[in-house]
Amino acid sequence: MADHTARTQPAETQTAQPAVNLEPYEVFRQEKDGDPMRHGGSVLAPDPTLAVHYARELYGRRQESVRLWVVRRGDIHLLEDPDLLQPPLDRSFKKPGGYVMRQKLEAARERAGQAKPKARER
Amino acid sequence: MTDPLALAPILPEQERRRLRFSDDVPQDERHRNFEAHIVAGGKVEPDDWMPDEYRQEVLRFVEMHANSELMGVLPERDWLLRAPTLKRKLALTAKVQDEVGHAQLLYRVAEDLGKPREAMFDDLLAGKTKFHNVFHYPTRSWADVGIIAWLVDAAAIVAQQALRDSSYGPYARTMRKICWEESVHIMHGRDVVVTLVTGTPAQRAMVQEALDRWWGPLMQMHGPRTPREKDRDLHWRIKAKSSEELRQEFLTIYVPRIRELGLHIPDSELRFDQVAGQWRYTEPDWDELRTVVTNHGPMSQERLAFRRLNREETRWVRETILGSPRVAA
Repeated sequence: MADHTARTQPAETQTAQPAVNLEPYEVFRQEKDGDPMRHGGSVLAPDPTLAVHYARELYGRRQESVRLWVVRRGDIHLLEDPDLLQPPLDRSFKKPGGYVMRQKLEAARERAGQAKPKARER
Repeated sequence: MTDPLALAPILPEQERRRLRFSDDVPQDERHRNFEAHIVAGGKVEPDDWMPDEYRQEVLRFVEMHANSELMGVLPERDWLLRAPTLKRKLALTAKVQDEVGHAQLLYRVAEDLGKPREAMFDDLLAGKTKFHNVFHYPTRSWADVGIIAWLVDAAAIVAQQALRDSSYGPYARTMRKICWEESVHIMHGRDVVVTLVTGTPAQRAMVQEALDRWWGPLMQMHGPRTPREKDRDLHWRIKAKSSEELRQEFLTIYVPRIRELGLHIPDSELRFDQVAGQWRYTEPDWDELRTVVTNHGPMSQERLAFRRLNREETRWVRETILGSPRVAA
């Protein structure tokens, strides 16, 4: 098992963190009910309570969010191994576009003596 | 359930994207891989490997931008208590709050690149880092507030829209949020200006006088023309457009909008050259630009002094926050 596949503190590998007791918290926001939570940015805070206050100021001041998730960056588990996420194998069978049957359909219709149905006709 | 991480690697070492920048790849080759990644339009995230030059250049660029947002509220702050109506006062207060918010977002992006916020404030106050030329000038009348919110923000947004494609991912994403907020400021500023030009002769004269003073700094704002190939920020795709491209874009959109209000642009050379497809204008005063951005502008020292005072007065807040015990993970 390659140990670079999972890191618990993604951005801390190469970046110096400023003050000793401050930690980055990632902020995710939902624009309206039912929308996906999208990453907004991050804030730096000594504890979750203050992190939530900062997040509210910077990502909710303009009523642009109905919900915020504030997550300690250190609690995020990262997976970005291309072996697992983008393997160089033909995975077309997992996608609708992977099934091309135009010619076979034509052959089937011809064999059955049927015309091509009109578009949208049921 | 099978642990997905327990699967054996499939890709050969060299084809693994992240591994192209890993420690066991020779330094020169890592640099070449990085260049190729950037030139192909690739993005860089804070936890990716990046050459020190790139990190320093993004940091310098974002830090200057953050400084400008922070210092940029001071000219407008002067008018918070003098705004003509309650609605104008609320809008201006919200704008000032937005700009400080932009500074917060941008300092956060810069912090992640390795420079603590306190060090960035130290450098700004010591004059080691800069802020935009337009924020070194006084705001003499209420019309200045309109011209700043409309045209200074417009010139800025032209540059900022191009930054939404920056190669540094966190900066590009932050710019998308900032552009959305700036577009409100422009409407607020345009509304102030349009209201004044439809008012009394004295109000019209006030806008014209403000435009006369601000036109020079506006034309200097994007900086002198630099050859594309020599511009490091363009090379790294930290920014997407050259200073002259931005100025041309600003003129194309805003000259007609200024003229339709019956305002006169104080540059007798200003015209659109149909053959060249370019705006011609009097060469901006680059000496003035250099003088101003090195903190020798009319308001540079007063604004920095205000920031120093403000930093002293809020010291107890930082000490309280920085001194509180870290919550156990």
